[in-house]
Amino acid sequence: MIKLEFTYVLMGLMLAGVSIINLRDAANPRRYVNAAFWGIYGITFLVGSYLPDVVNGSLVIVMVLVASIGKLGQGVTPTTSPEERKASAARWGNKLYLPVLLVPICTLLGSTYLKGVMFNGAPLVEPKQITVIALGISTLIALTVGVLMLRPPVLSPLFESRRLMDSVGWAAVLPQSLAALGAVFAAAGVGQVIAQLASDHLPLGTPLAAVATYAVGMALFTIIMGNAFAAFPVMTAGIGLPLVVQHFGGDVVVVSAVGMLSGFCGTLMTPMAANFNIVPAALLELKDKNAVIKVQIPTGLILLLANITIMYLFAFRRA
Amino acid sequence: MLSLIGILIVVAGFALRLNPLLVVTVAGIATGLVSGRGPVEVVGLFGKAFIESRYVAIVWLVLPVIGMLERAGLKERAHETVGRIHAATAGRVLLAYLAIRQITAALGLVSLGGHAQMVRPLVAPMAEGAAEHKLGTLDDDTRGLIRAHSAAVDNIGVFFGEDIFIAIGSILLIKGFLEQNGTVVEPAQLAKWAIPTALCAFVVHGVRLMLLDKKLARTIPRSNLDNVNSTTAA
Repeated sequence: MIKLEFTYVLMGLMLAGVSIINLRDAANPRRYVNAAFWGIYGITFLVGSYLPDVVNGSLVIVMVLVASIGKLGQGVTPTTSPEERKASAARWGNKLYLPVLLVPICTLLGSTYLKGVMFNGAPLVEPKQITVIALGISTLIALTVGVLMLRPPVLSPLFESRRLMDSVGWAAVLPQSLAALGAVFAAAGVGQVIAQLASDHLPLGTPLAAVATYAVGMALFTIIMGNAFAAFPVMTAGIGLPLVVQHFGGDVVVVSAVGMLSGFCGTLMTPMAANFNIVPAALLELKDKNAVIKVQIPTGLILLLANITIMYLFAFRRA
Repeated sequence: MLSLIGILIVVAGFALRLNPLLVVTVAGIATGLVSGRGPVEVVGLFGKAFIESRYVAIVWLVLPVIGMLERAGLKERAHETVGRIHAATAGRVLLAYLAIRQITAALGLVSLGGHAQMVRPLVAPMAEGAAEHKLGTLDDDTRGLIRAHSAAVDNIGVFFGEDIFIAIGSILLIKGFLEQNGTVVEPAQLAKWAIPTALCAFVVHGVRLMLLDKKLARTIPRSNLDNVNSTTAA
């Protein structure tokens, strides 16, 4: 059976490659810092599943210290010149799109059709993680097709990964650190404390006030946690169900569906949702790491207002 | 109350522009310590959660493919393709992607998109290319603004599309949570109530994208435009 571990090994091998290329780059004064950072990150993928929790936690702390005290620095990767790229683009034309599009298409097909495939009486692919595994397999397919088509120098995909990973830098690790923070928050009961504070101190005397508090609360709590899924159970159990639904008689379906979407408005406005907001800023090489959030804030605020209106208008309709 | 110290650290750290990775790690460990756990247990808790969420990093696996194609001129090709469509502007390219992303996400096809898979190699170069064909060479700030909008469209499209699909994580989470609290609801009912917000999202953000086109046309210097016109005339 192909498990999630398969994609982790691929990821670990890629990071090990990025680390080694950095280590051998004598022209970069920060080469040891870069090599240590990506090397440790690679170890968490290659053997993280077998190490004790404390060792993993210590590795993460060392990696964070390397990145924050040592400071990562981008090296120069030998790559093609703008003229060579123009010529190559003209030569290959629309065929260049093929490997890019293979990734989403194969992921889609894989996650749909690999589900029922059996091998030796067991599912071929771990059913719960099928999308992530399909993504891993799809990148391998796309890489193979790309290499056969373009025939680049053998190690060039790895050198290009190094160029891109170095430009993303520490932001690559932030989503996982935030997920870990969320787990600690959940274990320490942070959510319950906030919901208690909100219901103790906020004006909730009318249906509109209760709806607005619930929706804004969902958005704010998502801004703090970086994740609407973490905010939803806490805010809905604290304000949504007892007040909007039970006290004022709101429709539970409308309240919870639109409540979740109010949380999504919060996701648009927070650096804590790093994989949606900070990672793309790094990936697109933006100078301002908050540029994506700044662009999203107006839409987030207007949609939050829209959600409050929708919830208020439709949750209290008398059938 | 003491357990809120983590939030305080995060807010202060981000405000002081310290390295977010450091801020988040310190906040996690501080929260764990004030909740009465020993240092070893806290480091273990943090490490376990970090390892368990490795799946969020799998998008990076696509970088060797994207890098190899960029090396072979993928961005230049995207630039060229969009230049042949005369009606294309940055805002319209992004509006088209917003519609595609919302509709495919509503059909459950969430993996047809993403910042590493689609935005960096295709959507952003096309939006930039459309702006360059209309307005001439862009300065860094304008280029950055268009790129930020490209990333934003991917987020807004998927957030306000996916909940219309009945088997998406958030719908199943709502259903599971309500069941625990003694209410049984159909996923289809929940999904139906995602539609009004999805329509609002398309209209609101669509208008903003049209305004982006206006803003781009205004901020680009006239001399640039003259150059474009003279080259197209020649």
